[in-house]
Amino acid sequence: MTSPGDSGARETWPLWEVFIRSSRGLSHVHAGSLHAPDETMAVRNARDLYTRRAEGVSIWVVRASDITSSDPDAKGEFFESPQGKEYRHATYYTESEQVPHL
Amino acid sequence: MNHSNHVVSTAITPESIADSSLVAPDAVAEYALGLGDDALVLAQRLGEWITRAPELEEDVALGNIGLDLLGHARSLLTYAGTAWGKSEDDLAYFRDEHEFRSHQLFEQDNGDFAATIARQLIASVYFVELYRALSASADATLAAIAAKALKEVDYHLDHSAQWLQRLGLGTEFSHERMQAGLDAMWPFVDELFRADPFAAGLDGIAVDPRTLRSAFDSTVPALIVDAGLEVPSVPAARGGGRSGVHAEAFGPMLAELQVLARAHPGATW
Repeated sequence: MTSPGDSGARETWPLWEVFIRSSRGLSHVHAGSLHAPDETMAVRNARDLYTRRAEGVSIWVVRASDITSSDPDAKGEFFESPQGKEYRHATYYTESEQVPHL
Repeated sequence: MNHSNHVVSTAITPESIADSSLVAPDAVAEYALGLGDDALVLAQRLGEWITRAPELEEDVALGNIGLDLLGHARSLLTYAGTAWGKSEDDLAYFRDEHEFRSHQLFEQDNGDFAATIARQLIASVYFVELYRALSASADATLAAIAAKALKEVDYHLDHSAQWLQRLGLGTEFSHERMQAGLDAMWPFVDELFRADPFAAGLDGIAVDPRTLRSAFDSTVPALIVDAGLEVPSVPAARGGGRSGVHAEAFGPMLAELQVLARAHPGATW
């Protein structure tokens, strides 16, 4: 713990991202993040922090630094391209009268 | 109503015991009181860590363990109280130091984090073995309380064992502190496994602590050695917790536990 007068930087535990699968869920959902010294303790800390009210039946943890993410500044080129491309949606197309059971 | 025929669900709670028509036989209540005090005192000690643990996550972990133990204490004290028309609060807040029957391990000062882990390791193995045996008790309420508690203390043991290993095999400094923690707590191991005067005469209902010792001896020393530490060889403390003998530090701890209820009797919030 740092206290006034401490000069050295404090060694901190790495950050972990926590994913929880609820009992009726099909996939793990991001629940939050926490600090832990290693992956084994990260799962335990996740259990204590994120499953206190029976939220889940399975926990995944991944070191936050191991996650590669899209660049938040590249929103335009990454995510705005589908705009105006309605033909990528099934509703764009009209139903053919000749094809039954569609 | 014969209490042992009463249907008690596995999700037993202090409220369900209090609301039922259960009345513990006197001898069973005396026994349950000792077990309840063990859990209550350790819960109080763990509560002292809140806002003081080395990391936020560990603060929550120790708090969770303390709350689990408080839950066990509440059920056991509520059940004991049915014999004497007393509530869990009557028993927790309005008895004096010499009336508490907790083993002396549980009242030991938290010390540093390593000492707390040493105490929790010893306590958890004791609780796991105790509750496993007690879940087969002929007393349905004790059996249900024990079965519910067992899953929780299993987790507490895992938590302590993980930290024992990390501190034992960590840095030179953490190793030294972990060893010192074990050395400080080890004198209080013996008392846990001595004959419990309140278990005598309750064959099939109470657990004779002497029968739990071999399980402790076959697990804890191995965990200590695996963590690169030494099993302490220190003389056993005199004990006497079950007879109300406690060390000096017990008083201030109990005062903190009881002060609010005694300053405002009957207050609710």
